Amino acid sequence: MSVIATQFRDLDLADEAVQESLTDAARSWPAAGVPDSPAAWLMTVAKRRAIDVYRRQKRERARLDAVAPDLDEARYDSDAGGDHMIGDAGFDVENLDGDERLRLMLLCCHPALDTDAQVALTLRLVAGLTVSEISRAFLVPEATLAQRIVRAKRKIRTAGMALTIPSAFDERLDAVLAVLYLVFNEGYLAHDAEREPIRHELVDEAVRLTAVVTELAPESAEAIGLLALERFHRARSAGRFDSVGDLILLDDQDRTAWDIDEIGEANRLLGAALANMRPGRFQLEALIAAQHANARTAADTDWPQIARLYEQLAQVTGSAVVALNHAVAVAEADGPLVGLALADELEGLDDYHLLWAVRAELSRRAGKMSDARRFAERALTYDVHGAERRRLERLLAATG
Amino acid sequence: MEYMILNHTAETPGPDYGTPEFEAVMGRWMAYNQMLIDGGHWIAGASLAPTDAATTVQKSGGSVSGTTDGPFAETKEQIGGFYLIDAPDLDKALELAAAMPIDDGALEVRPVAFRPDA
Repeated sequence: MSVIATQFRDLDLADEAVQESLTDAARSWPAAGVPDSPAAWLMTVAKRRAIDVYRRQKRERARLDAVAPDLDEARYDSDAGGDHMIGDAGFDVENLDGDERLRLMLLCCHPALDTDAQVALTLRLVAGLTVSEISRAFLVPEATLAQRIVRAKRKIRTAGMALTIPSAFDERLDAVLAVLYLVFNEGYLAHDAEREPIRHELVDEAVRLTAVVTELAPESAEAIGLLALERFHRARSAGRFDSVGDLILLDDQDRTAWDIDEIGEANRLLGAALANMRPGRFQLEALIAAQHANARTAADTDWPQIARLYEQLAQVTGSAVVALNHAVAVAEADGPLVGLALADELEGLDDYHLLWAVRAELSRRAGKMSDARRFAERALTYDVHGAERRRLERLLAATG
Repeated sequence: MEYMILNHTAETPGPDYGTPEFEAVMGRWMAYNQMLIDGGHWIAGASLAPTDAATTVQKSGGSVSGTTDGPFAETKEQIGGFYLIDAPDLDKALELAAAMPIDDGALEVRPVAFRPDA
């Protein structure tokens, strides 16, 4: 074995090669007979095997180097994590072919990584954003984000996560879509609305990457559905906030500010997704967004249809928040009392301020003023600010 | 690559030896083991005696600070067994772990960093 090891300067590799040649021997000798010089035979086979294994590993390493180019030398360095590991390393995702890009996305969104790491890796390695850009977009200190990426890359290496197309492809693609939607929402539903209502760079990046996925996995109706959903939302981003950064409710938005071309494109995408006849949560969400985007006035909104879609979405996702949206849609379609009855039955949302805000508003519409007051007071005990807080305060004043 | 799969399961007594239920359970495990062997994944594996037979030796500052009856942590799920397997990558290791005939429990998959006898 040491002969092979010297030739290839890699003990693991030599070991593997000898193992494989012994397996070969076990396989071929019973049939072909023992060769004249078994040792020489083993050498030859082991060498040939070593070359095969070496080539295979080299390919795999080249692929991983594309993902984690800066990790190798720092692998056993416990202090690793400084900025020097993050450098741009000349890695350019645009140069990867489509198949490699898809593998890279699937790897970045591997369920063996936690969600924060999935998002950071996707933006860093697939979108090519810098660490400082990502940290600014997520309002996370740069060092924290750098550390997160280093840790994720290290896990990719040490846990033996490979750039392969997984057998559970649909599930794994769902994970990619979930990460992209998270990036989109981070930009669209900015947490720090007072400072910067919409972070367009995240919104645009999510749309761009989702479009890439639809090209790489054209048979995925959900990918197209997500792209449609994102574009419906983006089409309406002008008009969502007033001049001081307050969220304007859908009813009150200036619909002429919406981007008609973008809505048209989203409609086309949604049609293409639905034509696959493989429904899913993103297509349902896109259908709901389409109802709003295509209603020329708030009064034109087809609430019974939206209520039906939310009901399906609640079944698919099992999400109590979606069920709350369903209650709101039902209130619009069938009156506040019916919606209120649904909201009253929801479980698991007691610490969700919007549950109380919704119950307050629906109670007010139903004329139950003392309930409305009680619920609004409860909602205001949470960290609510901006337009939402002012609306609840107005409701309190009106019911007082 | 080599991976250790640690089975964390609730310690419920299995069916009695000699009953058809016992044979059924064992059959599933034997089939799983055979699958690992046939696929070239098997290195080692064992089922452990329940934690009422466990003893924990606690060390501190280089010397034994205590020897206690019972497992390291008193939790509902305990390590009931392990497999040491060979798999080309994490996905395959996770797939093999998932195929284990365990209905409820957690399977922790850890890459082996170093094994002196390998």
